[in-house]
Amino acid sequence: MNFEHTEERRMLADTLDRFIGDRGIEARNAVAHTSAGFSPELWRGFAELGAVGALFNEDDGGLGGGGFDIAVVFEALGRGLVVEPFLGNLMVGRGLSAAGQERHKTVLQTIVEGSAIVALAHEEPASRYELAAVTTKAERAQGRWTLNGAKAVVRHAEASSALLVSVRTHGNDRDTHGITLFLIDADSPGVSMRGYNTIDGGRAAEITLLDVTVDDAAIVGEVGQGHSLLQTSCAAGLLALCAEALGIMDAMKSATLDYLRARRQFNVPIGSFQALQHRMATLLLEIEQARSSVINAAAAFDTATERARDKVLSAAKFSIGRIGTLVTEECIQMHGGIGMTWELALGHYAKRLIMIDHQLGDEDHHLEQYIAAR
Amino acid sequence: MDLSFTPEEEAFRAEVKNYLAANLPERLSHKVRQGLRLTKADMEEWHAILHSNGWLASHWPREHGGPGWSAVQKFIFENECALAYAPRIVPFGVNMLGPVLIKYGNDAQKQHWLPRILSGSDWWCQGYSEPGAGSDLAAVATSAVRATDAAGEHYIVNGQKIWITYAHFATMIFCLVRTDKSAKKQQGISFLMIDMNTQGVEVRPIRTLDGEHEINEVFFTDVRVPVENLVGEENQGWTCAKYLLTYERTNIAGVGLSVAAMERLRHVAESQYKRGRPLTEDPAFAARLARVEIDLENMKTTNLRVLAAVAGGGVPGAESSMLKIRGTEIRQEIYSLIRRAMGPYAQPFIAGALEEGYSEPSIGPDDAMSASPAYFNNRKLSIYGGSNEIQKNIISKMILGL
Repeated sequence: MNFEHTEERRMLADTLDRFIGDRGIEARNAVAHTSAGFSPELWRGFAELGAVGALFNEDDGGLGGGGFDIAVVFEALGRGLVVEPFLGNLMVGRGLSAAGQERHKTVLQTIVEGSAIVALAHEEPASRYELAAVTTKAERAQGRWTLNGAKAVVRHAEASSALLVSVRTHGNDRDTHGITLFLIDADSPGVSMRGYNTIDGGRAAEITLLDVTVDDAAIVGEVGQGHSLLQTSCAAGLLALCAEALGIMDAMKSATLDYLRARRQFNVPIGSFQALQHRMATLLLEIEQARSSVINAAAAFDTATERARDKVLSAAKFSIGRIGTLVTEECIQMHGGIGMTWELALGHYAKRLIMIDHQLGDEDHHLEQYIAAR
Repeated sequence: MDLSFTPEEEAFRAEVKNYLAANLPERLSHKVRQGLRLTKADMEEWHAILHSNGWLASHWPREHGGPGWSAVQKFIFENECALAYAPRIVPFGVNMLGPVLIKYGNDAQKQHWLPRILSGSDWWCQGYSEPGAGSDLAAVATSAVRATDAAGEHYIVNGQKIWITYAHFATMIFCLVRTDKSAKKQQGISFLMIDMNTQGVEVRPIRTLDGEHEINEVFFTDVRVPVENLVGEENQGWTCAKYLLTYERTNIAGVGLSVAAMERLRHVAESQYKRGRPLTEDPAFAARLARVEIDLENMKTTNLRVLAAVAGGGVPGAESSMLKIRGTEIRQEIYSLIRRAMGPYAQPFIAGALEEGYSEPSIGPDDAMSASPAYFNNRKLSIYGGSNEIQKNIISKMILGL
């Protein structure tokens, strides 16, 4: 038994921590809350460091690709409250890799290098975390596919050059069978976007597909078999989000601990009050539980069967959702008024942490998934 | 044991309901219902409407322009206002300073300031907290030194106040200031009214994590305040401060606000679907919904019990701490569930979407744009008005005797 990361992964974490460094919340917000929503320059820097490549196997031109590689990278991104578009590249790239088709190799390479930014356009206005709820339609005529439908809250869609779109090619609206994935250019005729900022910083968009036509070469995997690829993509996404949340919680815990030591009321540090000590102790143990859930998830990601993997991932996402809310609310409360301010980094970490619960299924959804997987 | 209101109280409720139906502008109730931001003019409009009916200053005795209501009537009024989605009365002049002036002010102060509070001539804000005096309020360090010159007797005020709601609208501020540095903490504090337009007063905005600007810092640099603006005796300000806090904590349970928020939550849960069924039928969500609903039903009765225990229209003591803790937790949970109910649509944020004049369609469901901002903004409920930790200290000391 050994709970230490390999030396390579420790070095990767250190490199990322140094690169993200102490750029400060103002610099982060200066890009996160603009109409760009991230810094292309910073993204290129991350790519040059190999932070994107670390998310992929060597076969795909990557530098790692194991569950613990994903966890190490995203934990660092969480600690630094990074808004750059890692998640889209991870999910689309892992989907393309799992499909293993020669015709997508060139695009996959640009995704792994970070020279392209891509997004998974899967969720729909009414799908609410349900993976198989796909109503965007594709019809085939004269060797061409025509896509129509709407995709919801696609992060960094405007910055993306390509979109991996889930589409129903047959079956009923919530069948697992009959979903097909298409890789389309984001500027294809018929693709329109309503972009906006998200409350935690960064951009997203509502996407409308109106008579978007593509040929068979756009298909990823097999026709009607997209559900399993979506599961693969989302498994990577879930692991990444859980690890990011863990990094965020560590940062919030450390900031709150500093505050309890420094803030004086009634002539003593407020950290000397037992009422607050016990609450901080609870946070510590809950965050350690969250850390264990991420370790479980990263280990299962590489070795478990699909079914077992998804169950462990649901366990982790549930834990992260529950503990994330607790950490958010307790850390703000223990800071008091100052915890409510825009000026302090804490509130921005809190917003990101809570929004992670709204990506790829919340606490309740994953508890339900976990029960269903028994 | 009888949980019902008297026929007279029910008649009063009907009167309030009818009045609100006829006089609360739809434009204002719409904003409150949808969680949109009220402008200064909106708040002034509602203030003027209630004043014209003599219902503005529910805590004031008749002789000063109050309606002379019992504690139960006040409760009914506040409840019905919340249920009708009326804007909240800006409390600093009407509900906080007013009662203090009536109890501790001299005749000249009452005659000058009370009518101006009612008419809205002055917009008051509250200068209590300081960077070094939050939960430990008696640690206020803003100093007021008495001096005399050709223009008469006055105080020179220096220091800083923080978390001042609407200071950017205010024309007047009431402050706790230190007038005797050698005295023990609570002694040596005075209650002073300061004109915001005096030279040396500076307001700096504080932006909250949801991007909103409601609160401010106020700095005082050699601000000259006439001695006539001292309320009560010099160095006896803590008495005023404590008296005011009991009013601040009246209706702190916010049961009406919770019931109104619950109605919104129910609407959201009925209109958001998971797996083809409304969230009210989703086992996990329905359980969350039921839990908070039960808590709220219990709180309604706890609130009435505290109310009934208060004889003769006074204000509750340490019991209000129970109401504050549980009442704010319930409201926070309701807003948390509204956010959860939005699913992925809790994420979009358009800064202008909550402001007057925004006409673009909402991203996602109608209620989505305010869901996350309201959740984060309402974290303040358990912090302000004496943090919930301070309320627990009060319960431990005053009720449990520990």
